[in-house]
Amino acid sequence: MDGLNFDLTEIPLRTVNNFLHKEAPGQGVKKVTIANPDGAHNIAVGLDFAVEIEVVGHAGYYAGGMNKLASITVTGSAGTGVAENMMSGRVHVKGFASNGAGASMHGGLLVIDGDAGLRCGISLKGGDIVVGGSVGSFSAFMAQAGRMVICGDAGDALGDSLYEAVLYVKGKIKSLGADAQIEPMSEVDLKTVKDLLAAAGTAFTGHDPKDFKRVASARGLYHWNADANQEY
Amino acid sequence: MSEQPTSRAVSKEESFGYDRKTIDYIRNAAAHGLYEIRGMGAKRQLPSFDDLVFLGASLSRYALEGYREKCSTKTILGTRFAKKPIELDIPITIAGMSFGSLSANVKEALGRAATEVGTSTTTGDGGMTPEERQSSKTLVYQCLPSRYGFNPDDVRRADAIEVVIGQGAKPGGGGMLLGQKVSARVAGMRTLPEGIDQRSACRHPDWTGPDDLAIKIQELREMTDWEKPIYVKVGATRVFNDVKLAVHSGADVVVVDGMQGGTAATQTCFIEHIGIPTLAAVRQAVHALEDLDMIGKVQLIVSGGIRTGPDVAKALAMGADAVAIGQGVLIALGCNHHSYFQDGEHRIATADYSALGTAPGFCHHCHTGKCPVGITTQDAMLEQRLTPEVGARHLKNYLKTLNMELTTIARACGKQNVHHLEREDLVALTIEAAAMAHVPLAGTSWIPGVSGGI
Repeated sequence: MDGLNFDLTEIPLRTVNNFLHKEAPGQGVKKVTIANPDGAHNIAVGLDFAVEIEVVGHAGYYAGGMNKLASITVTGSAGTGVAENMMSGRVHVKGFASNGAGASMHGGLLVIDGDAGLRCGISLKGGDIVVGGSVGSFSAFMAQAGRMVICGDAGDALGDSLYEAVLYVKGKIKSLGADAQIEPMSEVDLKTVKDLLAAAGTAFTGHDPKDFKRVASARGLYHWNADANQEY
Repeated sequence: MSEQPTSRAVSKEESFGYDRKTIDYIRNAAAHGLYEIRGMGAKRQLPSFDDLVFLGASLSRYALEGYREKCSTKTILGTRFAKKPIELDIPITIAGMSFGSLSANVKEALGRAATEVGTSTTTGDGGMTPEERQSSKTLVYQCLPSRYGFNPDDVRRADAIEVVIGQGAKPGGGGMLLGQKVSARVAGMRTLPEGIDQRSACRHPDWTGPDDLAIKIQELREMTDWEKPIYVKVGATRVFNDVKLAVHSGADVVVVDGMQGGTAATQTCFIEHIGIPTLAAVRQAVHALEDLDMIGKVQLIVSGGIRTGPDVAKALAMGADAVAIGQGVLIALGCNHHSYFQDGEHRIATADYSALGTAPGFCHHCHTGKCPVGITTQDAMLEQRLTPEVGARHLKNYLKTLNMELTTIARACGKQNVHHLEREDLVALTIEAAAMAHVPLAGTSWIPGVSGGI
């Protein structure tokens, strides 16, 4: 079985997700198209095998949530929490992404061609996020590990209470969050940005890594400290 | 040595407002500039299940033989939507406590004992360890704001999922694990730098309000093909509204954790001053379920200061389907005991308590990671003070005792099933407890704010 089409106006999403969990991995399914998503929530969540999924249209909350191994493309926009807790694989949103895109991701690559809403990459624990447009406020809040490349601007409080995650921003940063600081770009950083842009696809390779700023943790809040004066 | 002739006892009168405890608190604040962090739950006196008593059977009710007649304790959780509800032999479960706050040995001991008596254990903030999965027949996997170590493979391995909104010891606050306990293994599981003072998030990263939570729960259901029960755990505050919203969000089971609930590390001001007592919380939770006609459809687990068989029986009579125990379980394992058992002998630990500035019976120093009896530690030497075998044996005995007490009380009230205990079987010894629990003051028909009069 090579390619399969599901039309969500004809078949319930629950059946499709169940098929993708239970039967598809054993049947050698390689490519699945999901038509007429009409903003349905929880499309293709919890996948655990290498498969290409194309969601033709807009997805609701948590598209591709907790993904492992699969490569999921949303041709339209995606709602809150796209690719949340992704472990591996790839999720590509061709339109815009709402709040909490890539929240608590542990691995894999999330590509958003357009803008992302509030809290993009919040609680990030690994993996990479590449955003073609801008990200909203509180992005990378408490991000622990992993990398984010933002080709547009960033909103307020970028990287608040960062741990070891590293952010690269091309545009303006409205404000940095507590304990986040701009650091010089090293050769390693330039290569990282170049590689991530290349991995994101040809639409991203026009950006010059030299135009990006590096944002990382000043590590001033790693330990309790009375002199931090509530700057947590 | 001789007293001044003018001296009177009143010259050493202690202030009520500025007693030694308060003076000590202010001195501490002045010395450190940081609030106190400690383990365990609220230590202040609170209206509790101790303020209720059962009306055993007599002429108006028919008792069952306390030692012979069957009294069922079977408990089923998650009947609303899940294809595979949780079936337990007893209504007493082990509350969520993390590997990180507890040693891996302890997590294994919890699993072994729970499995032997036929109940469930729960993971905590920090992910699932292979030890606890292997040792626990029924394991509830928590989905917490921090999402430390949250892994879809573990979701698939779990028997139920518990979405944690809050905890009785600290409703509105996230977890905390001080650097001494963030060992290489703990740090690795949580994707954190080793040795940092970890402060968990207090809000979930991918949803905000109850309408979002409904979709989040749906995601977990889709993810698990609607097989596993989904619990929602709240710290007791606005319980009536929160339980209603949890039901609205699609929970199979609601867990309500009162302010006596413990923690391994939280600000003292949180522990003692935020949240409401379990006694008040359980009534509000049941009221919410009654209001929604969800009794018997959505199950209620109550936790926070459940210590004894009578506590369990009273919680059930008030309308809980099960209870969860954390602190009592740790005490059964040896928490606050003056000695520990190692290499075939009892060894005195009082010097180690002293080194922490405390003594057996008073210790709340879980946050230090230097647990004298090897429970709340990640220290390679200290954790050997509690082996899974010894811990499991004590915990099994404790759970069996609670269950025997529970069935004894149920039989005395004439019930063949512990779930048949009802609020009508209870009266209150104090006006406060009567008002909170909505049961009459003993010897009267008075429920303050509800009915009757003296």
